[in-house]
Amino acid sequence: MYNGGKIIAGMLVFLAFFTFPFYYNLGKANARPEPKLNTPVIQQLAEKKCVESRDFMRAEHMQLLNDWRDSVVRDNNRIYKNREGKEFSISLQNTCMNCHSNKKEFCDKCHNYMAVKPYCFSCHIEPKENKS
Amino acid sequence: MAKGPTPAELANIDYTPPQTEWMDTPTVIKTGTFCWGAKAKNLNIVEFPNARDWNPSEEDWKLPENWQEIFLKGMKDLLGKYRSFKVFMDICVRCGACADKCHFFIGSGDPKNMPVLRAELLRSVYRNDFTMAGKILGKLAGGRKLTLPVLKEIWYYLYQCTECRRCSLFCPYGIDTAEITMMGRELMNLLGLNTDWISGPVANCYMKGNHLGLEPHAIMNSIEGMIDDIETITGIRINPSFNRKGAEILFVTPSGDLFADPGTYTAMGYMMLFHELGLDYTWSTYASEGGNFGFFTSNEMAKRLNSKIYAEAKRLGVKYIIGGECGHMWRVLTQYMDTWNGPADFLEVPVSPITGTRFENAKSTKMIHVTEFTADLIKNNKLKLDPSRNNGLNVTYHDSCNTARGMGLLDEPRYIIKNVCNTFHEMPENTIREQTFCCGSGTGLNASENMELRMRGGLPRANAVKFVKEQYGVNTLANICAIDRATLSASMEYWVPGTRVTGVHELVANALIMKGEKERETDLRGDPLPGKEGN
Amino acid sequence: MKILLPFVAVIALVFLAYAGVGVAKLHFLFGVVLPYAAIAVFIFGFIYRMFIWGKSPVPFSIPTTAGQQKSFPWIKQNKLDNPSSTLGVIGRMALEVLLFRSLFRNTKTELRDGPVLSYGSEKFLWAAGLAFHWSFLIIFVRHFRFFMQDVPVVLQMIEGADSFFQVGAPLLYLTDVVLVAAVTFLVFRRLAMPLIKYISLPADYFPLFLILGIAITGILMRYVTKVHIVGVKELVMGLVSFSPVIPDGIGVIFYIHLFLVSTLLLYFPMSKLMHFGGVFLSPTRNMPANSREVRHVNPWNYPVHVHTYEEYENDFRDKMKKAGLPVEKE
Repeated sequence: MYNGGKIIAGMLVFLAFFTFPFYYNLGKANARPEPKLNTPVIQQLAEKKCVESRDFMRAEHMQLLNDWRDSVVRDNNRIYKNREGKEFSISLQNTCMNCHSNKKEFCDKCHNYMAVKPYCFSCHIEPKENKS
Repeated sequence: MAKGPTPAELANIDYTPPQTEWMDTPTVIKTGTFCWGAKAKNLNIVEFPNARDWNPSEEDWKLPENWQEIFLKGMKDLLGKYRSFKVFMDICVRCGACADKCHFFIGSGDPKNMPVLRAELLRSVYRNDFTMAGKILGKLAGGRKLTLPVLKEIWYYLYQCTECRRCSLFCPYGIDTAEITMMGRELMNLLGLNTDWISGPVANCYMKGNHLGLEPHAIMNSIEGMIDDIETITGIRINPSFNRKGAEILFVTPSGDLFADPGTYTAMGYMMLFHELGLDYTWSTYASEGGNFGFFTSNEMAKRLNSKIYAEAKRLGVKYIIGGECGHMWRVLTQYMDTWNGPADFLEVPVSPITGTRFENAKSTKMIHVTEFTADLIKNNKLKLDPSRNNGLNVTYHDSCNTARGMGLLDEPRYIIKNVCNTFHEMPENTIREQTFCCGSGTGLNASENMELRMRGGLPRANAVKFVKEQYGVNTLANICAIDRATLSASMEYWVPGTRVTGVHELVANALIMKGEKERETDLRGDPLPGKEGN
Repeated sequence: MKILLPFVAVIALVFLAYAGVGVAKLHFLFGVVLPYAAIAVFIFGFIYRMFIWGKSPVPFSIPTTAGQQKSFPWIKQNKLDNPSSTLGVIGRMALEVLLFRSLFRNTKTELRDGPVLSYGSEKFLWAAGLAFHWSFLIIFVRHFRFFMQDVPVVLQMIEGADSFFQVGAPLLYLTDVVLVAAVTFLVFRRLAMPLIKYISLPADYFPLFLILGIAITGILMRYVTKVHIVGVKELVMGLVSFSPVIPDGIGVIFYIHLFLVSTLLLYFPMSKLMHFGGVFLSPTRNMPANSREVRHVNPWNYPVHVHTYEEYENDFRDKMKKAGLPVEKE
């Protein structure tokens, strides 16, 4: 008794599972997301800089937003001092989304690519997109 | 035990492992824990290689020059033949779930008796010689060269395993030490490293049909004696037949039941029951052994001994076979016989001539267990029973390892006992049914020179008996195994004195009301029945 | 030594990746070449091992019966622990593989004066083992969000469930906590229980340390020293679509994580980790206990030398006749 058929069937399942990413992506382009920074507000900025550096924002924005929320909701503190000592009003809608008014072209680009679902807008109102 | 440690001394067990790693802890072969080496004459009878007289306690084992080559070649051969062996060598993660499940470890505290380590003794050699990692990294990969001390160590611990399979129940991968022990013993047999207590019975069984070497007339004499006793007790003279062609059923039981108390009472029980039913059955002197000590040497030898059962059934022209109460016999009959020596297409699917029940679960092997046969009779009200005759007995039941974990015959014997006895108590649940503990002396370890080992291995079982004795006053240990009947008697005497060890069919025959019997004064052992003590 | 060595080995692997990427800038080697090699070795090695096992037959039907057999209609068969049908075997194997049923039986033996032996229930090993394996599987499946351009809803649901409590940002995964806790327990028990320590080999500690290393680097780059996550996905997508790219600025810790995972994949087929495949081939679990009902065939069954009845009668004919036994030849 070898049960060869069963072993082969098992190996096919094994193979199907572990090589899934390879055949699933066959023929699909590896399109890296390019979030857009071309909103009117940003274009008018003298110095095109967010509240912190680009690298910091890229890695830590979720943590920053989380801290902002806690700061406002728990400590009633609406002022954020960045690393250069510059002060900003803590507000998703009035600070962040003021510049990044293009959620679909900015936030959603990477979030969709990474399949991340932030829950910012389960409380906040989504900005009306500028159809530019 | 005449000499050797007292129960109190033996029960002082230290489970702390030595300071040194197990590979660096030399094994000392201790008196009282090993069996004498096989004698050349017995191995020669069955044409085993490297037959010689040898003594395990001596330095020189008189091994053949190229013993390593033989061992490793044998191992390669077995790895190719048995998927179980190969998989079990590879996938153990050493989680330790098996460690404290082995009766020999529980009774000895010797870490090399943990099933995992017992297997590692051989596995280390496997890793060294059969795996890439072991060949390159050696000891770092858990490999170990097969040296003489390593061989001796493996031998020593292979004969401290009774292949009871309790560890395999708890292993998350079902790794079965019995399988590994069987492979290991097969390898040892290539080097003539058998034990006297196994090779003697094997030679006997091969030439004379049974382990005890009873020749045809001796079997008849022995049964003759039992018939006399039955007549004394019941007033009925029964007349069994031998080697009778045309009988409906061939009956095969371990020869231990024909030879020594208390097995003989069980044999008397079978005969009284069959006589009462008017069963058309015959004994055979050629296939006069249900047990199979060949199973403890090599697969081939086991097959050679087992072949007699079907051969004799065919020669006598019976319809099917009933097998008596025995443990490893039933592992062999359930999981091996049909594969080796079948298909038994010259036999018919067993049908009880009394109840008409068709034993579908044995429709290929055509061999049923006597407790299946009897349970069916009782269920169909075919027996007149007076359980009060067993009233002096407060009974518990010991599942044999092999009928429990190699078959699953759990409720049939219990059903019988509960119908023929009025008082029955189970031992604690972790010690019965599929979790049953070995008697401590299976797989040919029931010799006398290794009595300390046997008593150590017997501790968990005995301790559970002691528990029900103290709790409920249990005084009788029923079982369905010839080796149990012999070895539990010894371990009870040592650990729980005053416990009667009995086969189930002895209890049946005590309770059985036979047509035309005289008023019984005694049980099968000649002890007065309850209420008849004054007579 | 047998504990220190595998520990040092894992630390060395971490430094190797750090030096290789952080100092020597061998991004392509650690980000593309080694992962490809590791995946190939894992997949083909695994299949090869299964093939080698499968090449040896199962000569006998040797299930460990763990419950009442099938006999009479009036005796209840334990169909899962002593299965007589294929369906029963599937049930038994499913319980074994998915829920570690055998390990669930685990007991702890204690000897007290008297002597009195007692067997207490011992579920820690089972619980830790199950927690470890299941969280490992979920984490692995969760990683598929890096392997697929559009992530299926099922994966997003798994992820949502895993981060259900919405602790911190990025959201804390329960399985991260459970995995680290379980592996730590499994290491701890090997160290703390003298008998388990006694049977443990370097090969038992190494995978535990390695997996712990993988988990820690993974957690670090998610919560502490964050990496350029979009770059990570770009790299991974490059691998799975066979057009490898090395995006800039990912962060060394990712390469350490990837290197440890590659090591695990390379190590897998040649180690005890093959119990993943082996458990399916264990004859004491994957066979129906019906060998009295259906004949099991051994492909290498061969004729053996037996002592025939004829020979027996020749040996004992006179004695048999004297005892009144029938004989074939007078």
